[in-house]
This record gives sequence, C-alpha cells and structure tokens, in this order.
Amino acid sequence: MYEEITDVNPGELANEINGVKYYNPMMIYPAIHYTMGGIWVDYELMTSIKGLFAIGECNFSDHGANRLGASALMQGLADGYFVLPYTIQNYLADQAIWPRLSTDLPEFAEAEKGVQDEIDRLMGIQGQRSVDSIHKELGHIMWEHVGMGRTAEGLREGIKKMKELRKEFDTNLFIPGSKEGLNVELDKAIHLRDFIIMGELEAYDALSRNESCGGHFREEYQTEEGEAKRDDENFFYVGCWKYQGNDTTEPELIKEPLEYEAIKVQTRNYKQ
Amino acid sequence: MDKNISFTLKVWRQNGPTAKGHFDTFEMKDIPGDTSFLEMLDILNEQLIEARQEPFVFDHDCREGICGMCSLYINGHPHGPATGATTCQLYMRRFKDGDVITVEPWRSAAFPVIKDCMVDRGAFDKIIQAGGYTTVRTGQPQDANAILIPKEDADEAMDCATCIGCGACVAACKNGSAMLFVSSKVSQLALLPQGRPEAAKRAKAMVMTMEELGFGNCTNTRACEAECPKNESIANIARLNREFISAKLAD
Repeated sequence: MYEEITDVNPGELANEINGVKYYNPMMIYPAIHYTMGGIWVDYELMTSIKGLFAIGECNFSDHGANRLGASALMQGLADGYFVLPYTIQNYLADQAIWPRLSTDLPEFAEAEKGVQDEIDRLMGIQGQRSVDSIHKELGHIMWEHVGMGRTAEGLREGIKKMKELRKEFDTNLFIPGSKEGLNVELDKAIHLRDFIIMGELEAYDALSRNESCGGHFREEYQTEEGEAKRDDENFFYVGCWKYQGNDTTEPELIKEPLEYEAIKVQTRNYKQ
Repeated sequence: MDKNISFTLKVWRQNGPTAKGHFDTFEMKDIPGDTSFLEMLDILNEQLIEARQEPFVFDHDCREGICGMCSLYINGHPHGPATGATTCQLYMRRFKDGDVITVEPWRSAAFPVIKDCMVDRGAFDKIIQAGGYTTVRTGQPQDANAILIPKEDADEAMDCATCIGCGACVAACKNGSAMLFVSSKVSQLALLPQGRPEAAKRAKAMVMTMEELGFGNCTNTRACEAECPKNESIANIARLNREFISAKLAD
C-alpha cells in the first residue's frame, strides 16, 4: 500500500556506493490524529445537558492531556459495554413518569427556528471563499500556532488569526446550491463553524496552562535536557470550559481538581 | 518526481434517485501524479465553486482505506484500476496524460443514487442489523483466555473481518449480488466459537434480508473477488452456502 500511495517501494535497493547498500526508507511524519480532551461528562457519562449522554472518544472522561495507542477505541468499548448499561437507566427510570413530548411545544418551534435561521444566515452570506479554503486556512493556523509544540506568544497570535478567520467565514463564505435537499457544502460549513470555535477553545486552554503536560509541549516549560516540565503545584486539575451563550465571549474556566488515592503521581520518563 | 498530467474527466450528475442523469465533461489541467483520486475531485470542486457552480457530490470520509465510505465506478472498475485498494488509495500516476476518465456511481437497484455519485448504502446496514453481530449480554466479562482459538482460525476470521462494507462487490456483479459482503460478515463470526451459538439463525436472517432488499443472486463469476479493495475471497461465499444449507436442513 505504501508503494501504491508514494510510488516508492520501501526496502528495495535504492543505491550501492562503495559496497554499501542503501535501501528505500519508509518516510513518516508526525501528524495530528486526535483531539485531546472532549465533552465534559459526569460519572454517569451524562453531559451538562440533562439527558444527553456522550460516550466513547468524544468525551473527556478516560483521557485528559494524553491519549496513547488504541485508547480511543477502548474507550468506546468500555463506555458502551461496561459503563452506560449501568448508568443510563438511572436517568431513564426517572423519565418513565413523563408523557411523550409533542413537537407542537414552543420549545421545539424555537429550536427549529434557531437551526433554520442559522442555515439561512450561512446560505445568505454569498461571499467569495469556499468552505474548504477556509477549512484549510484553519488547519494551517492550528498546525502553526496550536500544534504539538506551542508558545504563549504563538497561541495569542493563533487566537487572533482564528478570530479574523471567523470574521472571514461570517462575511465572505460562499455556499453554492440551495438549502433544500442534499447540499454537501452547507453540511461542511456547519461543521467548519464548530471547528473554528473548537480551535479557539484549544488555544485558550493551552494558553492558560503554563506547563508541558501529556502530548502537549509548551516550549517555555522544559527541563535543561529539553524534556517536558509539568507543574503539578499550579495545574493539577482538569480544565473545563463553559460556553457563555455566544461564540464571541471567551469561555469560562472551571477547575476540576485531580484526586488520586491508589497510585502515586509520577513523571513519565522514556530514558530509563 | 511524478509528472503532472492533463486529462478529460467525465462525471455522472444526477439530482436524485428518480431524476434523469447525465455526464458532465471537464478538462483537468496539470494534476500532479501524487494527487489521490479524491484530492483530484477536491480540485475539480474548488474550480466549480470558484465558477459559482454546484460541486460534484461523492462519498468520502477517512481517506485512509479503512472506513468503506468512498466508492466510485472509475473506467468500468469499482474503486478504479488499482487492485486491493479503495478509491482514496488510488493515485493519479495510475493514469496517463490525455486519458479520458469516466466516473459513475455504484450501479445497483439496492443502492439508489442520492445525488451525483453518492449512493444510499443503507441496505448493508439493514443486512447487518438482521444478524451480523453476536448477542452480548452485559455483566461480568469472562476471562479473555477462557475460550482458546487456534491462530489459523483467528487469522481467517480477521481476513473476513477486513471487509469494510463499501459495496464494490455489488457494483462489480452483473447480478448486483451482495454475496461477497454477506458471506464475509457471516464468516468473520462463523469461524469463531463466540459466533457459533447464533450461526444458523444469523445465516438465515442475513440471506433473507439480502434477498428482500433487491440484491441479485450469485452465479460465481468472481467479479466481486477481483474488484474487492480488501481482497475478500469467494471461499467465503462457499462457507455462507454451507452455513445456510445446514441451517435450512436443520429446520
């Protein structure tokens, strides 16, 4: 498959100089695969919206600053097989007394109108930029300023650029076609709007944490040997960010302290 | 370094399952050979949007060859000319300068067109729902080593399980048969002890659902095997037939 993708057969003899054989190397490069953290849930895996459960890798419960190996898949299995069957009924049992809710209720009409208005807003922008071009720009900002290695200065710059990008999205986006029926560009645009908010959120969180922790490396916080330097005295908590009802107000940080009873917290060291 | 190529692209456009479709022709210029087929379509769409036209609609998701979302019938082959690869793993260096590349949707009555080359493969979900699982009652999980499985059996089950349910077998088959998909999904469980208790029920239910949904019958032409991006073997179809017949005889 590597050959199909790259047109290079790894392991094949590439050159021979003075009797030394050189074989085609397989080129690899670190890339962002996962987003660390996720939706806040309680111990029953229910989100801050009552009755809405988030299970699997979309929630933050089993991984925080780090997510290694197949832990994302394992979390889906563990939450689905072993946690949710014992927790969701606690919520459902209380719902048995409620009658079925009608779609005629004003709350339904309000929610439906909200979605409809947002679709109309996006379709109505009629600017010059495609969804993908803005998405790509967001990717470059994230890679450059909120990547594996980041600095306070870079993060501030990233937040500034993302705010400008959101303005660009709100004023210069172009979605072809109509809102009736399937419109993949509209679908992508709705996702992209969330991605910009998500990117900003990640940058706020990284900026607030003056330490190098887990998969993240704040370049200002490293040991003399260039290893990640954690600060358990000041940042021994999970950073939960509360939405303020609109996309322009900065989210509020709520600290959930970490409490370990059975294990001793240590610094991981790959050198030994 | 790969050379850039220019070619004529003919893509199928259709507004809905019952709408009349047609081919749109585009001249693609200077596309690098290390562009994947889907990236090439992204370039096309970027150009269409720039010209304020509607983009060409096609299915895609992971672009790593593992999700089963990408499809496309390219120059008469599901997933194009490369063997053992999905459309997202197909690169433009496979084509020559000046080629005419024809792109059509999966062709099967059971896969109605949603738009352009995006088709509804919900029929596969219905077949899985009919029995493509093992019933796991939650509770105390048993020890991982309680049931010993020979390595050869585990490997064979894993080979069957590599089927990503993309539907290339259906698109390749002159009968529109889903037998390679169904047999792989029956086999991945039938080969393991955990799948045996429900094996008879599963084979009957999945075959019955497949027939109800309008898929054709298997006439052993092996087109599915030749086009499968995961190289599933039609030995699976023989296994499904054995499972199905022995289940029916036991009734």
